[in-house]
Amino acid sequence: MTAIPETRPSGAAGFLHRYEGLAGRLPGHRLPWLSALRARGAEAFRAQGLPTRRVEAWKYTDLRPLADAGFEEPLTALDTAPPLPRPRGGARAVFVDGRFRPDLSGLDGAALEAGSLAQALPRLEGRIGALASPEELPLVALNTMLFEDGLLAWVPEGTDAGVLELVSVATDSGRPAAFHPRHLIRLGRGARLTVIETAAGSAGARYLHNPVYEIEVAEGATLVHARLQQEGRQGFQLSTVQARVAAGGTYDNFTLNAGARLVRNEIHVALTGPGAACHMNGAQLLAGGQHADTTTFLDHAAPNCVSRQTYKTVLAGRSRGVFQGKILVRQAAQKTDGYQMNQALLLSPEAEMDSKPQLEIYADDVKCSHGATVGELDHDQLFYLRTRGVPEAEARSLLIEAFLVEAVEGVTDETARGTLQEAVRGWWAREAAAS
Amino acid sequence: MPAVTETLETVQSVTATGYKWGFETDIEMEFAPKGLNEDIVRFISRKKNEPEWLLEWRLKAFALWQRMEEPRWAAVKFPPIDYQDAYYFAAPKQKARPKSLDEVDPELLRTYEKLGIPLKEQAILAGVEGAGEAPADSGRMPVAVDAVFDSVSVATTFKERLAKEGIIFCSISEAVQTHPELVRQYLGTVVPQGDNFYAALNSAVFTDGSFVYIPKGVRCPMELSTYFRINAKSTGQFERTLIIADEGSYVSYLEGCTAPMRDENQLHAAVVELIALDDATIKYSTVQNWYPGDEQGRGGIYNFVTKRAHCRGRRSKVSWTQVETGSAITWKYPSCVLLGDDSVGEFYSVAITNNFQQADTGTKMIHVGKRTSSTIVSKGISAGQGQNTYRGLVRVAPTAAGARNFTQCDSLLIGDRCGAHTVPYIENRCMTAKVEHEATTSRIAEDQLFYCRSRGLSEEDAVGLIVNGFCREVLKELPMEFAVEAQKLLQISLEGSVG
Repeated sequence: MTAIPETRPSGAAGFLHRYEGLAGRLPGHRLPWLSALRARGAEAFRAQGLPTRRVEAWKYTDLRPLADAGFEEPLTALDTAPPLPRPRGGARAVFVDGRFRPDLSGLDGAALEAGSLAQALPRLEGRIGALASPEELPLVALNTMLFEDGLLAWVPEGTDAGVLELVSVATDSGRPAAFHPRHLIRLGRGARLTVIETAAGSAGARYLHNPVYEIEVAEGATLVHARLQQEGRQGFQLSTVQARVAAGGTYDNFTLNAGARLVRNEIHVALTGPGAACHMNGAQLLAGGQHADTTTFLDHAAPNCVSRQTYKTVLAGRSRGVFQGKILVRQAAQKTDGYQMNQALLLSPEAEMDSKPQLEIYADDVKCSHGATVGELDHDQLFYLRTRGVPEAEARSLLIEAFLVEAVEGVTDETARGTLQEAVRGWWAREAAAS
Repeated sequence: MPAVTETLETVQSVTATGYKWGFETDIEMEFAPKGLNEDIVRFISRKKNEPEWLLEWRLKAFALWQRMEEPRWAAVKFPPIDYQDAYYFAAPKQKARPKSLDEVDPELLRTYEKLGIPLKEQAILAGVEGAGEAPADSGRMPVAVDAVFDSVSVATTFKERLAKEGIIFCSISEAVQTHPELVRQYLGTVVPQGDNFYAALNSAVFTDGSFVYIPKGVRCPMELSTYFRINAKSTGQFERTLIIADEGSYVSYLEGCTAPMRDENQLHAAVVELIALDDATIKYSTVQNWYPGDEQGRGGIYNFVTKRAHCRGRRSKVSWTQVETGSAITWKYPSCVLLGDDSVGEFYSVAITNNFQQADTGTKMIHVGKRTSSTIVSKGISAGQGQNTYRGLVRVAPTAAGARNFTQCDSLLIGDRCGAHTVPYIENRCMTAKVEHEATTSRIAEDQLFYCRSRGLSEEDAVGLIVNGFCREVLKELPMEFAVEAQKLLQISLEGSVG
């Protein structure tokens, strides 16, 4: 007879266990609509669990290391002051371990209503969960069940709110922690906003950052959303963006994945009004044993919409990159113009890239195309630079930067573009030096 | 100019009834009892006088199949299939195995004649003028035909002539009797019994199909072909084809298929295995014209097929070309496993869906050997309420240094109620490999249509012409006789989709 080892619930069971213990204490637990929504989240999460590779959408990303970790709530002292990224000017909202920190933020004088979601909950009935339904995605279900805080940013009609910085920092409390922020961003008609987001964490911290974004862009409004993911190398980030763009509106998303041990960056954009546009660009810079998965879903639901996607992945070490991009063109979406390109550069014999671009088209008067390439650095180009006296390491670095630049160039907002270029520049030199 | 004339002639030759192969042959048949169980598997094996090992092989497949589930990942919809409600063996009654064509039931010969497949030797495949009496050594190549009628092969032509070269071309049942060692050595080595649901079903109940062996250094002097015909009601056809090209050999193989028009759906679950050794080349062409169902989507064949090639030898090459115009549902991914260094895999495909047809088709290219290369060209055309999906996989193993893949998938939409989908999977684990994929979806350009109309072509003819142009890259890969046939088929398949 062998004794049955006592098991602490981990994986999906662990999260459900936490929800059951916390349900009466989570922010807004006195709001019946919110409790009902969280219960729906728990129900859906219980039914679906953490996705496994058997699920088609998760074919290339294995969450087992996450399931084994057994995360708890972050225990952050309210006065910790972790190092923050350099301010970029403009309004700033800072979250430490998923909780809003007014003392570190600077939102005064901004031309928008911005602040902590937890503080505004009574006003958010019908807003939270309007775009991100727990029944559709298991990670949204997990977030719905356990979110505590997040950013609330509303830009009034016709206002140009400039730049808003969203900073998320994870501290190292010595035990695995999980936080699930819910961010609500809403732009009124003709409004403009640039969100520059930085996600970082201390190097040795084991944590899960599972943000869900619900983004609404009204008629003629423009949102530039530049995201710089530099989580600690032991961190997990699983993010889900759900955006809806009305007629004539534009949603411009750029995601740079450079940090984290494992990242899943899932972006769903629905173009629901004629003439809406979406640009989704991104770069993944991977080394060591990193795993980065970008999964996009573009839903063309209205006529005359335009979408452009360019994703670039550079892989060193034993890293693994995944790109899955689906464009759906519904029957009503005549005159759709959709384009998607994903390219990967393998710098190491042990790296792996998996791509699955996908078109699903039900309207006939459309122009849709996608392309995908995977290869190594061009020997001829390298040779050319060497003959011009450029040392090999520098030549490689130059070519890698040139490869990435195309994706970054698509970012329309200058401040955002500058931030991203900075992160891309010298990445390879830093990685090569570190390894 | 000649292309235009040809297209016009093609259009004229097409009757308004659309599917002209939909007749039924009234012939006395022999059936196995309805349903599927171990006894049926034994019945089929006994009927074919098979050795014990093959029966065991079938029973193992059947046991595997019983534990498997139908794949659900394809973008096709159909009501559940009742596997017990079909006959798994149906053969025309005949006294003894005919020794020559003269002994074959004349009703069967008439059927194939009607289908344009002459079973007379020295005849060439129909579809071109002057078919029938061209002598074997005239300018045109003769085509050797293996004719499979429901569950059995009824005739194979040119066997003696091919035997002179050492080529074995016969039905697989016959090969089991005459060359058991070859069959045993290769059967199931490319598509194992438990590969997938339909392959397991096929392994348990396969009835007939072709067997080809090309000896070392032999270039097969004529096209080999198999013509599959489903005739009997409530039957499934489970063909099994095995082609082995030994070192330095070459063979071009064609496959055609038709079935009567019926309101019920019939299942065709085939397995095709190709093996190319060092420096061998196999060219495999299919014109799939199973009954697609009527305008309301009633009836038609479910074509659930597993086709795979092993390029085992160095510098071996396998080229798949397919024109898929028929079937209510197509589920088919002719694939190449490129094991030998410098081996080459190709896949050229045209798939048309009209009315309520659904096609989920594509290929898998698995690169294992060094400097292996593959090319994929897929053209999907959707009309009516048809749904057309390209689904493909390119996988490069870490061993495949210098591997190369190029993929081009184009979809054409005719009408606003159809769908075109592209689902490629690209998995690269080799730094020095280069993989490129491109896909486009569009409709027939107004200016192209206008140009043709201004030259006096009717709208339907103009569409036919443009579609043929769209598919040209694939059609040019077909042997000439088939290319003509395929052009006609494209036209017929799209009938009623314009205007």
